[in-house]
Amino acid sequence: MKHRTFIWFILPSMAAMILFIALPIISVFIQSLFVEHEQVLKITENCGPFGCKQETSVDTEATEQLRREAPLGQFNWLATYTNRSHLAFAELAEAWRSSESLNDFATRVMNLPFYKALAFTLSYTFIVTPFVILLGLAIALGVNALPRMVKGPTIFVSLLPMIVTPLVGSLILFWMIDAEGIIGATLQILFDDPDLSLKASPTLTWITLFVYGIWHSAPFSFIVFYAGLQTVPTDTLEAAMIDGATRWQRLRYVVVPYMTPLVTFITLMQLMDNFRVFEPIVGFSAQANATSLSWIIYNDLRGYDQQLFGSAAATSMMTILGVAILLAPVLIRTWSEFNRKVV
Amino acid sequence: MNSIVQKRSTGLAIFSTGFVLLWLVIAAVPFLWTLWGSFKVQGDFFSKSDWTYAIYGVRTTVETGDAFTGNGYYGAWVEQEFWRATLNTAIVVVLTVVISLTLGTLGGYALARSGFRYAFWILMAALVFRAMPHITLVSGYLLPFFQWNLWGHLPTTIIVLVAINQPFTLWMLHSFFLNIPKDMDESAMVDGCTRFQAFRHVIIPVMWPGVITTGLFSFLLAYNDFAVTAMLLSQDNQTMVPKIASFLGTTQVEGNVMFAVAAVVSATAPLFVLVMFFQRQIVSGLTAGAVKG
Repeated sequence: MKHRTFIWFILPSMAAMILFIALPIISVFIQSLFVEHEQVLKITENCGPFGCKQETSVDTEATEQLRREAPLGQFNWLATYTNRSHLAFAELAEAWRSSESLNDFATRVMNLPFYKALAFTLSYTFIVTPFVILLGLAIALGVNALPRMVKGPTIFVSLLPMIVTPLVGSLILFWMIDAEGIIGATLQILFDDPDLSLKASPTLTWITLFVYGIWHSAPFSFIVFYAGLQTVPTDTLEAAMIDGATRWQRLRYVVVPYMTPLVTFITLMQLMDNFRVFEPIVGFSAQANATSLSWIIYNDLRGYDQQLFGSAAATSMMTILGVAILLAPVLIRTWSEFNRKVV
Repeated sequence: MNSIVQKRSTGLAIFSTGFVLLWLVIAAVPFLWTLWGSFKVQGDFFSKSDWTYAIYGVRTTVETGDAFTGNGYYGAWVEQEFWRATLNTAIVVVLTVVISLTLGTLGGYALARSGFRYAFWILMAALVFRAMPHITLVSGYLLPFFQWNLWGHLPTTIIVLVAINQPFTLWMLHSFFLNIPKDMDESAMVDGCTRFQAFRHVIIPVMWPGVITTGLFSFLLAYNDFAVTAMLLSQDNQTMVPKIASFLGTTQVEGNVMFAVAAVVSATAPLFVLVMFFQRQIVSGLTAGAVKG
């Protein structure tokens, strides 16, 4: 295709992506260097019969005007990145100096909002992804052995957890695990503990969110594996059987190698999707015990009295960096493959 | 694979079928439970004393005189004006899908037919954009949108969703157009068509299966989105998902939880219908990127 025709065809799509994906990233970067104006204070002198008193109050008008004139706030360079709500270097150093044990240090670090969110996001990403792959493969093997008649309905039901809106899906489970919902109440009876609540303890909240993540994503890996299983050649399987391979060996040495490229694909998609975990935290109202990077950005943007654009932008920049690190191996590999093809 | 390879011992067959059944229960029961419970009162759906209340609707019978009640639905749709959110969702979703597909078809076709190095780079950039958490982009939009008075309107949200959708749409349609033989449009061009005429008369008539599959996923993205719609729409223009989230803020009042439950069921119903009719396309779309490598 000629360059000129190519440009005309791709232009609308590129324009949309540049305007609303590339430029916002630059906008996020610029915003992250600024911080909201402090309120303008004015000192007034009140003179009464008992002498004069100085009073400090907020000058609402001046503050408003300042905000209107410079909506970005004041230039802050990288200070937002290092403050307490982000990388918190000072607090980290302090915790390292004064904590007696490694455990104590870890507890203190986990009280810093950014590290708390980072810890959950990474745990979620790296725990949910392998479970999704294993469970998906197991379901695919099971469904593949079913009679043809029931395969369609089985796939229909299996798709539901994935297709449903993440916020809605997490709400549905949240109501069931409520202390008065069916699963929550059953667990209380099973463990004979009327105060047992999946929402109260951090560990249980984390596990609940992981379970939700696996429930939500398993259908995706199931479908991909199931389609992959249809392409495994029967000849090879039969040959392996004639050579005396047991069922397990056939699975391990014939089927699984066929699935390897699919595992790479699912891992890539899952890492991308799980790293931005956000809706379940809103749905499960889990913010007290578990926050994610996306959630703290959302929280800053929603800010109760003032939206913290600078703070949200700094977290966003670090999240984007995280995505880049996650994707780096894939990009490098694709790039070298592409070069090999061209040369 | 209906050969001897499929034969298995009874024990294994039972185990494997049992496992699939267990999965089906885990996948389906939450939905059935919530659907059933949405026709009860709160005292039944969240029944501390006896979970069977939720099935038989004991409290519901006491409170309303019948084992089923539509109070939740009435409250959500009429009192809380959920219909308005539904209407907004319909507008946002339909326009997002149509615009994304139009842009994506043109772009995907160009990428599939261009052998130059920059086409590869555009695809790589799209992959990186696809991985961006949406909320990070939202934090880039908010301040400029406030300044330029673009915040809160449906068109803004639609354009943003279209843009966020583009990387995925481009990838999917690109790989789909690669499967349409080059000879088709090239022979049309030999016969004197311009590139665009070839696209218009040769490619468009055969592209619909791929476009429908891609459209389904664009639909899901726009319909399921929470980060963008919750942050960029004003109270009046809210779509269904942020509306449901805002129900949660007011759950303290008795009965309000049931509004949210009814709204959740209402929002899930279209997705069920979608899967029912387009199951094959969804499955083929999910595997398109994977199986072909």
